[in-house]
Amino acid sequence: MKSGLIEDFLFLGDPNVRIVLPGVLVLCAMAALVGNFTYLRKRSLIGDAISHAVLPGICLAYLVNGEKNLFYLLIGALASGLLSVFLIDFLSKNRFARNDTAIALMLSSFFGLGLVLLTYIQHQGGASQSGLDGFLFGKAASLSELDVYVFSISFLVISGIVYLFRRGFGLMSFDEDFAQSIGFPVRWLRFFLSVLTVWAVATGIQAVGVVLMAALLIAPSLAARLWSNSLKQMIFISVLVGLLSGYSGSLISYLKPGMPTGPWVVISAGVFALISLMVAPGKGLLSQWKLRKSNETKMLTENLLKLFYQISEKSENQTAVTEDDLLNRRSLNRSDLSRGLKLLIKNNYVLDIQGAWRLSAEGEIEAKRIVRLHRLWELYLQEYLHLDADHVHDDAEAMEHVITPDIERQLEEILGRPERDPHQAIIPRVYDTK
Amino acid sequence: MKKENIALEAHNLTVIYHKKPVLWNIDFALPAGEIIGIMGPNGAGKSTLVKAILGLVPLNSGYSRVFDQEFEKVRHRVSYIPQRQTVDWDFPATVRDVVMTGRFQQRGMFARMNDEDRRIVSDALEKVGMSAFAGRQISQLSGGQQQRVFIARALAQQADLYLLDEPFVGVDASTEAAIVDMIRAMRDEGKTIVVVHHDLHTAPEYFTWLVLINASLIGAGPLSEVFTDEKLRATYSGKLTILSQVGDKLREKNFPVREK
Repeated sequence: MKSGLIEDFLFLGDPNVRIVLPGVLVLCAMAALVGNFTYLRKRSLIGDAISHAVLPGICLAYLVNGEKNLFYLLIGALASGLLSVFLIDFLSKNRFARNDTAIALMLSSFFGLGLVLLTYIQHQGGASQSGLDGFLFGKAASLSELDVYVFSISFLVISGIVYLFRRGFGLMSFDEDFAQSIGFPVRWLRFFLSVLTVWAVATGIQAVGVVLMAALLIAPSLAARLWSNSLKQMIFISVLVGLLSGYSGSLISYLKPGMPTGPWVVISAGVFALISLMVAPGKGLLSQWKLRKSNETKMLTENLLKLFYQISEKSENQTAVTEDDLLNRRSLNRSDLSRGLKLLIKNNYVLDIQGAWRLSAEGEIEAKRIVRLHRLWELYLQEYLHLDADHVHDDAEAMEHVITPDIERQLEEILGRPERDPHQAIIPRVYDTK
Repeated sequence: MKKENIALEAHNLTVIYHKKPVLWNIDFALPAGEIIGIMGPNGAGKSTLVKAILGLVPLNSGYSRVFDQEFEKVRHRVSYIPQRQTVDWDFPATVRDVVMTGRFQQRGMFARMNDEDRRIVSDALEKVGMSAFAGRQISQLSGGQQQRVFIARALAQQADLYLLDEPFVGVDASTEAAIVDMIRAMRDEGKTIVVVHHDLHTAPEYFTWLVLINASLIGAGPLSEVFTDEKLRATYSGKLTILSQVGDKLREKNFPVREK
């Protein structure tokens, strides 16, 4: 039976799904699309304020009109949403309140007013029939065919506007002063964006509810930012994430009747953002962790090579080094030591001679390079940062591993091709040019 | 100074933020083809002066003119380089994307970019030594590289008057030297460069003209006339704090700054 359900869902065999699913998908795509600019302009909290602030507008529209007419409800939502944005900007620009204070104040005041009106409508006995209570937490199942048409047209119009004004919206989100200095109508662009945001929120709350709407604006952009390198990419990916969230949320609530659609859509969006945070290339936690691991390995192997070199420096006729020789000179735990040695053997830097080790020809060059960087850096720290000779070792220890050939050349130059480090040890040359 | 030689003039420029005068009756005329420093202590209104000229902050009185015309009419001949820290460098864009925004003024909000734009952008990147970084994400740049990107964007604007707000803050020595070289090369091409700056040591080396302000104008003229002990002391000594005290009082009492 389950597979039959899924088929019904995928192929829209169920007449309810045929309306609810496209409705939810379009809402999510729309919120994700405008959410990019909310996110990039660091106005996420204003998105939250807007979604709470549309409630009184919806209730007033219902009271004035006496019935649940989508058109009037949207007008009411748009009016009170825009009013809240205007008030937030006005309060923070005139220093009556800080921006965060203004947002918090407007969010709760408008929402409070909305709740009062909603209770009033309920006491008149109209709310349950009107379906207005669905606006609080969303009621995707109550979407009508007309709703879906209106949403789809809204989405097309908003997409068209974003496409047409992409240059203005993009530049304004990055550098508003510059945009204004070259004569872009920044005030108008800002107003357009506010209208688009309020519009997307006002339509979206039917399915998701005012309380959760902000997540639908922000989560797809947050996820998309981690995967994208350009604004265009980010917009496309965020819409995709929005669609996926809408789809999985609807699927869950369809398979488990009684599960609410809106909250599951929002949870899905949150999960997508979280997964992106983990696995996104470069910026994700996983990449960061891998990078740290590879740095640790690099430090371990390079430090071992250095150790080999230092031992050979002390006693020139010693041909091979044992594990104990290495451990005596440096506190290492045995598992790190054997891991490092294995890697060095694999890279042909170290040769295994019956339980003892010696540097190969390549290993010797590499070891010289590292010791040289270490000593050059120590000298630099002493001469230019005026650190004492007995302090420079620890500072050099970590930094030597990131010195590039270019930095090495610069160090050489300003130190005047030095022969000895602060401890009077010889700074080796990899290729003796003299 | 002859009228046709003036790049930028301010008349009676006054800016008041939250009832407190930030710029007070600023009046000067700056010649074309010079490298001009705007200097003064912290909070003297240096950045505000530049923004006021560009119409980015509302004026309470006075006006400015650029190349003897209203700014609106010659906007395309002016390039503004904001402080690097005022933008979010984590924005999803490459170095080339940002420099390309320098062509937005010529193309407007809707027209397509063409090959000429792309060539100009490549040239600009070449001049600031960032060609190799054209495809790099701006979030990966160092402070000095960020500033070079901003300079490249300004070059792509192909303006005649450049207004740079603190371009040397937080950049490495080699970038500072490179920017100074570029500014001199631009001046040699007849451009006018105005730089908001705060390091007194480098000022006489970098600038040929100087504007000293501390809310009000202390001096504007060739370096030798303005970079004097007396004028610098007047700018930095804090004698003008009386003006700011009066400003504080005005705000405290919610007094109007002008009678009407």
